[in-house]
Amino acid sequence: MNLQRHPLLYGSIPWVLPVLLLAVWEAGTRVGWISDRVLPAPFAIVQSFVALTLSGELWGHLKTSCWRALSGFGIGAGVGIVLGFWTGTSHLMERFLDTSVQMIRNVPHLALTPLVILWFGIGEEAKIFLIALGVMFPVYLNTFHGIRSVDRQLIEMGRAYGLDRWKLFRDVILPGALPSILVGIRFGLGVMWLTLIVAETIAASSGLGYMAMNARELLQIDIVVLAILLYALLGKLADYLARVLEERWLRWHPNYQRAAG
Amino acid sequence: MKMSETEEARLGEAGSAHGVAVDARALCKRYGALTVLHELELNIAPGEFVAIVGRSGCGKSTLLRLLAGLEAPDGGRLEVAGEERRGLSDHTRVMFQEARLLPWKTVLANVGLGLSGDWRTKALDILTQVGLAEKASEWPAVLSGGQRQRVSLARALIHTPRLLLLDEPLGALDALTRIEMQSLIEDLWRRYGFTAVLVTHDVSEAVALADRVVLIEEGRITLDRRVPLARPRERGSPEFGALEKEVLHRVLGRTAPGGEA
Ligand SMILES: Nc1ncnc2c1ncn2[C@@H]1O[C@H](COP(=O)(O)OP(=O)(O)O)[C@@H](O)[C@H]1O
Ligand SMILES: [Mg+2]
Repeated sequence: MNLQRHPLLYGSIPWVLPVLLLAVWEAGTRVGWISDRVLPAPFAIVQSFVALTLSGELWGHLKTSCWRALSGFGIGAGVGIVLGFWTGTSHLMERFLDTSVQMIRNVPHLALTPLVILWFGIGEEAKIFLIALGVMFPVYLNTFHGIRSVDRQLIEMGRAYGLDRWKLFRDVILPGALPSILVGIRFGLGVMWLTLIVAETIAASSGLGYMAMNARELLQIDIVVLAILLYALLGKLADYLARVLEERWLRWHPNYQRAAG
Repeated sequence: MKMSETEEARLGEAGSAHGVAVDARALCKRYGALTVLHELELNIAPGEFVAIVGRSGCGKSTLLRLLAGLEAPDGGRLEVAGEERRGLSDHTRVMFQEARLLPWKTVLANVGLGLSGDWRTKALDILTQVGLAEKASEWPAVLSGGQRQRVSLARALIHTPRLLLLDEPLGALDALTRIEMQSLIEDLWRRYGFTAVLVTHDVSEAVALADRVVLIEEGRITLDRRVPLARPRERGSPEFGALEKEVLHRVLGRTAPGGEA
């Protein structure tokens, strides 16, 4: 039998394994193969999700986490893009900054966590600072690289057609660098979630990570798993948004053009 | 670039009043130890169509880049429209071998590059003149090579240049498209009356289009041949063939035209 001829069957193939696992998991916990101290039943997770949502607790943690993630990302990506533009368009700035940036880049930003806690305590600043620092480097590097790899011939053409410095930047350099900048932003989003998870797990009094750590102490394993699932979901959502931006801003790019007709 | 009313009126009637004179005296250009142009002398009358031929690497593009003001000469004097050439100028436009369209702008926006005010009507009008009005809202990525060069021609002409420099713009096109493009360029040249300097490796193209064919060898002009044929020229005619053969022999470095063989 050729499965590819049956669209419904063929389309369901990727879901067979997850559904099977979920069924085995639920069955396993009911029969008692899997201790509920190792993994809670899927149904128990749904139950705690409903309960936490109704009490408003989950929403509060979610909001705090998202706020941290977005403000840290905003600052980090903003600084990264501005520095990248600057070093990318000025050789003097590149000579001045690039070596330093390359050196600092080699320090894993999470290694700074103890120091950052000493500086800021466990308040919001510490987490936002760590996220911003982590996001800044991939965004900076890709922006710089993007600007440097804009086709020289297009820049020469722009000059020959009388574009001034600002128009040359807006019409030629920025759009030419955009694919690379977006790669940096997508990378930065990944770093953002990772840093948030680590920072909230180590030092926080609110947020998803705090919720998970708190639940661990109370042995509420269903809430721990729920927090992990929510992190995964948020990561996926950020990735999806980045993809939407790419499709919008890179419409002109042959890679993003849907086959028309 | 804006034109005065009178200039625009003049354009329609006696086109050749629109072109500028080019006067190069003892023009030198060096790249390190390599002398590319060697005290080159070239005079072009307003509205004249000059074709430059020569072996690859003889300095054709270099000469064109000097005329465009994209590079400065190392010696000698270059006057365009009676003024010494210093940097880029609004009255000169270049068509490059690669169309150099901005892939992130639609065809229409590419044509209107660098213009402000009500450029859309003008851009659409000029696209109609090159026969591409129906592609106005497409991305350059979907165009064929010939269509890209048409857009590039429109982008140059929208500035109503008084000197149009063409650096092997048809080199990459197939034979049929090339002949179509040649007659389009000739038509527009006759309509607008700009001075045209066309670099080409195709001797038949040079003879078909130019008032004068100029050969560059070792950084100097070694042949300056007027083409006395009436326009539009017929490639099949014996006069055309004889002239083409004569120039080709000189390009290949044989002295007696048609002497051997
Ligand atoms: N920017 C440059 N730096 C160094 N050498 C160059 C540069 N541009 C052109 N040349 C050299 O000058 C010579 C003439 O080049 P060009 O004018 O492009 O020749 P062509 O007649 O094929 O258009 C070649 O030998 C080329 O290698
Ligand atoms: Mg060349």
